[in-house]
Amino acid sequence: MKIRTIGRHGREGLRNLSRNGWMTFASISAVTVTLLLLGVFLLLAYNVQQFSKQLESQVEMNVYVKEGAARADVLELERQLKSLPELASVTYVSKESGLDQLKDKLQENASLLEGLDKENPLPDKFILKAKDPQLIGSVAAKVQTLPLVDKVNYGKDTVEKLFKGISLVRNSGAVFVVGLCFTALFLISNTIKVTIFARRKEIEIMKLVGATNWFIRWPFLIEGLLIGALGAVLPIALLSFGYSYLLSVYPSFMYFNFAAVDLVYSVSTILISIGALIGMIGSVMSISRFLRI
Amino acid sequence: MIEMHDVWKTYPNGAVALQGVSVRIDKGEFVYVVGPSGAGKSTFIKLMYREERPSKGSIFVNGFNIERLKERKIPLLRRQIGVVFQDFKLLPNMTVQENVAFALEVIEASPKKIRQRVNEVLELVGLTDKAKDLPAHLSGGQQQRVSIARALINNPSVIIADEPTGNLDPETSWDIMRLFEEINNRGTTIVMATHNKEIVNTLKRRVLAVEGGQIVRDQKRGVYGYEN
Repeated sequence: MKIRTIGRHGREGLRNLSRNGWMTFASISAVTVTLLLLGVFLLLAYNVQQFSKQLESQVEMNVYVKEGAARADVLELERQLKSLPELASVTYVSKESGLDQLKDKLQENASLLEGLDKENPLPDKFILKAKDPQLIGSVAAKVQTLPLVDKVNYGKDTVEKLFKGISLVRNSGAVFVVGLCFTALFLISNTIKVTIFARRKEIEIMKLVGATNWFIRWPFLIEGLLIGALGAVLPIALLSFGYSYLLSVYPSFMYFNFAAVDLVYSVSTILISIGALIGMIGSVMSISRFLRI
Repeated sequence: MIEMHDVWKTYPNGAVALQGVSVRIDKGEFVYVVGPSGAGKSTFIKLMYREERPSKGSIFVNGFNIERLKERKIPLLRRQIGVVFQDFKLLPNMTVQENVAFALEVIEASPKKIRQRVNEVLELVGLTDKAKDLPAHLSGGQQQRVSIARALINNPSVIIADEPTGNLDPETSWDIMRLFEEINNRGTTIVMATHNKEIVNTLKRRVLAVEGGQIVRDQKRGVYGYEN
């Protein structure tokens, strides 16, 4: 293909947009609606994902050290814990600092704890966080077997319920995103199919005059790409404006900070790529059956 | 130029359109294909530019072996023959000159050559002043001239016409026929399916009569031979 032919296909693709004015408008609108829906859902799904991750990361386990363990042995236990690859962090809380933390929590009622300084009933403990919070149960079992470990506590029942809820939300979110992507694909390629069906006579004529299949395809491909990309413009504008507005009004929810506005840029990239790609594939697939002449 | 040997055509629905047609058309000839509707004229014509494929038999057009021609190579055949249709088959969104130029764009000719050739053929068919109009703004006869100009632009050695005057009034039909005569006088072979008794009987040329899928008559300087 000569360079000027590439230019010709580009010009033809562009001109077809205006030549088929209403059809172009209908296709772009279909793409716009679908991508807007997809975009809103992607933003939502990402934030839910981040929120659940944050919830998970708050899950920690308390490991209580046996009463009367020697200082050196506690240090040895800390070394062992830190060598476990499953753990993300190990924090030592001595019985003294444990008592101080308790006093801080009680504030003006701290006098209740008076007298405990001499005979501190709290054990030494470690606060652990697992790298994969979902595996906290098995990590707990492993830690339990270490010497000098008295008790491991991670709020088993609550944590399991939390994890069940989180995976339900995540899985249904994934199913929804995939389903929505397919709907977008179907809707966009179907609209393009309708516009191309209206022009099947033109394709036939081009073939009869001696055009090769690719000579006919290229302008359609470019036209489809433009329709898909143009259809992404309005959703991107609305989402950018809407999301930054949302962030300025409600920056957070239950200690969770919504993802920064950068997220909209990633989603925008996804939307314009999906639009352009499906537009291209949709038109190339739709004309193929009219090329068989 | 065009040769058919024992050509049969059966459509997928079982209809038999041609049964053992053999014919030879030489360079520079002007041939009418006549016969009642449904006799197989259109199939006969469509085989020549490979819109249809023979079920049996061999066809050679300009050295192309039609039944062996690969899908990819069909455009090469079509660029060497000009086809004119009853319904003109113009691209509705393109102007007259764009329609005519399209046949040269597909072979990636230079813009300069395209401009030059488009002017030449539009002058030949007498439509220079309509170059920038859309087909819908032209009369039937003018549209047919555009389609003839498009068929001519590649300097084809043969022009195939399927009832080119079928949609035109008698006077316009004569204008179009005079144009075909002129093209033929320049050495281009013309094969034309037609129902126009008056034309066939006046411009006496070779006549092939097709009935029931067979060539039943092949006359030099023949007559139409059917009552309209």
